[in-house]
Amino acid sequence: MIEVNEKIAIEHGLKSDEYKKICNLLKRTPNITELGVFSAMWNEHCSYKSSRKHLKKLHTKGDKVIQGPGENAGVVDIEDDDAIVFKIESHNHPSFIEPYQGAATGVGGIMRDVFTMGARPIANLNSIHFGSPDHEKTRNLLRGVVKGIGGYGNCIGVPTIAGQTSFDESYNGNILVNAMTLGLVNKNKIFYSKAAGINKPVIYVGSKTGRDGIHGASMASAIFDDKIEEKKPTVQVGDPFTEKLLLEACLELMAGKSIISIQDMGAAGLTSSSIEMASKGDLGIEIDLTKVPCREENMTPYEIMLSESQERMLIVLEEGKENEAKKIFDKWNLDFAVIGKTTNSKNIELFFKNEKVAGIPIDFLAENAPMYDRKWIKAKLPKENNFSKNQFKSLKLSDCLKRILIDPNIADKEWIWEQYDHTVMGDTIQKPGGNAGVVRVHGTNKAVAASVDSSATYCHAHPLTGGKQVVCESWRNMISVGAKPIAITNCLNFGNPEKEKNMGEFVECVEGITEASKYLNYPVVSGNVSFYNETKDKGIKPTPSIGGIGLLSNYKEMMTMELKNEGNYLLVIGKTEGHLDQSVFARNILSEFNGPPPEVNLFNEKQNGMCVVNLKNKNLIETCHDVSLGGILTAISKMGIKSGIGVKLFPLEGLVNKFEYFFGEDQGRYIIEVKPENLENVENMLKKDSIHFDKLGLVQGNKITLENDLKLSIDDIKEGYKNWLKEYMVN
Amino acid sequence: MKSSVIIFPGSNCDRDMDVALKKFGFKNQMVWHNDAKIPKSDLIVLPGGFSYGDYLRCGSIAGKSRIIKSVIDFANSGGLVLGICNGFQILTETGLLPGILQQNKYLNFICKNVFVKIKNKENKYFKKIKKEVLELHIAHNEGNYFCSNDELKSIEDNGQIAVTYCDHGGNEDEKNNPNGALKNIAGIFNKDKNILGMMPHPERMIDPFLSGEDGSLFFKNLIESL
Repeated sequence: MIEVNEKIAIEHGLKSDEYKKICNLLKRTPNITELGVFSAMWNEHCSYKSSRKHLKKLHTKGDKVIQGPGENAGVVDIEDDDAIVFKIESHNHPSFIEPYQGAATGVGGIMRDVFTMGARPIANLNSIHFGSPDHEKTRNLLRGVVKGIGGYGNCIGVPTIAGQTSFDESYNGNILVNAMTLGLVNKNKIFYSKAAGINKPVIYVGSKTGRDGIHGASMASAIFDDKIEEKKPTVQVGDPFTEKLLLEACLELMAGKSIISIQDMGAAGLTSSSIEMASKGDLGIEIDLTKVPCREENMTPYEIMLSESQERMLIVLEEGKENEAKKIFDKWNLDFAVIGKTTNSKNIELFFKNEKVAGIPIDFLAENAPMYDRKWIKAKLPKENNFSKNQFKSLKLSDCLKRILIDPNIADKEWIWEQYDHTVMGDTIQKPGGNAGVVRVHGTNKAVAASVDSSATYCHAHPLTGGKQVVCESWRNMISVGAKPIAITNCLNFGNPEKEKNMGEFVECVEGITEASKYLNYPVVSGNVSFYNETKDKGIKPTPSIGGIGLLSNYKEMMTMELKNEGNYLLVIGKTEGHLDQSVFARNILSEFNGPPPEVNLFNEKQNGMCVVNLKNKNLIETCHDVSLGGILTAISKMGIKSGIGVKLFPLEGLVNKFEYFFGEDQGRYIIEVKPENLENVENMLKKDSIHFDKLGLVQGNKITLENDLKLSIDDIKEGYKNWLKEYMVN
Repeated sequence: MKSSVIIFPGSNCDRDMDVALKKFGFKNQMVWHNDAKIPKSDLIVLPGGFSYGDYLRCGSIAGKSRIIKSVIDFANSGGLVLGICNGFQILTETGLLPGILQQNKYLNFICKNVFVKIKNKENKYFKKIKKEVLELHIAHNEGNYFCSNDELKSIEDNGQIAVTYCDHGGNEDEKNNPNGALKNIAGIFNKDKNILGMMPHPERMIDPFLSGEDGSLFFKNLIESL
């Protein structure tokens, strides 16, 4: 057996003082298995040691919240007896090393988190971020990640209904892959991970344990360097077929009454699942590792405890229900083994070939895990740019629009989502490519909307504003499809928390998220943190991904973004100041990368959103689309391209700079389509509520026109917009 | 009319098919792959999905499963057997239908709406459908139909080509061939036209809020023709 010392502890990713703390707690030197268990529980990924202090501030309460953060996933009430279980999670580090398996197992992991709670997954989403399109690795990483996400989700038969893709050179050495799943559950039949009762059998089900993924969670808590390829063996290998069987078997078992608690084996495998169950139940747990079904020969206790083999679950059963449960897993051809029991010792005790190989008080691993109050610095709001008239002089609206529509962050992502089965389960009523994905709640009139958003550019420029902005954008997406926003899940992707600037970005983004979600009553119910997204000293831009969900009580009232009928009016709700700093226009056309992000005014945000809801409830809106990247003209173009109908824009009044007006990225705005006969009514309602709005133009013909300034056929702009990614991928 | 949908481990369009069949009036029952017998049925459906993980080759393990002998007996006695997507792949693996389904030409999974042209209406599956072109939905990675020249001649001579990929006007060109299938073939019959395998999913197109409604025409005709 290996002699444990400080050097070995450091090789396990522990800091020198953390190792000393372990020795002090135990009052002895841990053996290698125990050290492995500590390192798995105390790494950033599992212990949230840098983030815990700040995550406590998140707004997590609300009248629809059944379960907030701290469980496998969050749960919200969607009326009747239905509830939605949902969560987003990162799988960034493995996806960079091995894009297919990394992304695939990310999808598998998040789906297990959801069905562990008794919910049948009904929709998947993802937020994926890659380096510059010119970077040599980008194309292959994108191809691999998309194939991985599709390969897993398509096989399980859960539709992938929405997502987000961005390109930025800050991801050149650290791509981001965030996967989100929504599941449907009866709110009286939710399963939790808290164990209860002594001498209850602890059951292992699912795939066999192999040597894959050992130290995956530690790898996810490390910075990358040139030798990153050597980490390939720490990436898990997914088997969606087994997961499909596991899903069906677990739901079948859950229909009965034999489960006390259940937990999937995700990061840090058997270690974290067994410890979490015992810790939450304030119990001890005893496991005989000899009984764990293994795929490879001569696996050591250390390897068994740290393996991250996929598609495995740990269950605490009622006594005497073992045979009943085993029958179900036999039917689905899955391994089933009684590997231990709950105890009153409050220790985790591991046995192997009749020998005790580890004994650690559970407190030491969970509650006594290190928590750091890391130093951080507050970001200053950058100075505004003063663009001179000369900068716009030689520009033409049409050229600018064409260039913006083929900007990698704007261009159509059909190449990606056509590879995802988005219609299986027969309830997808809004596909990817709209404001949000929408699926019906099977067999009812209800539907659930979901989207994922992030805006690293804004968060990088000013984290506090950026944090607020992402939550608002998510809220807007819900409103735009006619759904009532309910709650969010967040995946917080950041650089190295040991650097004050990165830590500051984290703290302030969380603050922004908290402020907005509190104001909009849009609570955070689940999420995860991914730090150390850094390669060779270069960290990613701060990228909190917000996954939002909303409820439509009647799915037939869903709104979409494609233009409906010629002769209808287009209005923009919300004030357009023409904020160009940090916009796609500023970066792409003016080559200006500095300046503050658009201001987020939560009061206006809420007012404008609620007014869209009111108009929609009175059936006065035909179409709705929120204005985001690329401003008004980009939004209108996308609406036109989706429907094949054009827009005649009205001339701007006064001395407004048309570039600022049409490409500015001011927040809190929606474009709505209104029938001529409803126009007066709509205008009166908006005036009465003191909502700022402009009449933009008429739905008309097959071109987008503005007097002498702009005349582009929809077909013309469509080609570039639709083909950019397809052409990029074949070149 | 009674129908049976077979569930293999890894099937994932079984519920969608159950919903569609019931919506159009079938009394449907689900049959587990390990059962020895299929209850009395007028129609057996092999649904889409990834039976047995599609390991080895799509549909190949399902083609050797316990239940499949009953399906073959039922088909050989003239019973209607419909295979959609993975179900089509299984039917070619059992030899009930000629040819094979290879990986898509462009090597990607494709999920989108397509148009298909009905090539033969002298059968129970398409008899009373008035349209010539249907808008259906595909979602597959291995739908690229292929067979030998002799087989092709034989299926053409016998009118065994059921549906082909085309544009909305019925033009069966390469541009509208999503997966590289030989002769744009999206679905074929056996000689007697009681067995149909096709890649598109009619069960995903059965109400106006989904991707389209032409799937309804397929099921309406089916229950009326039986």
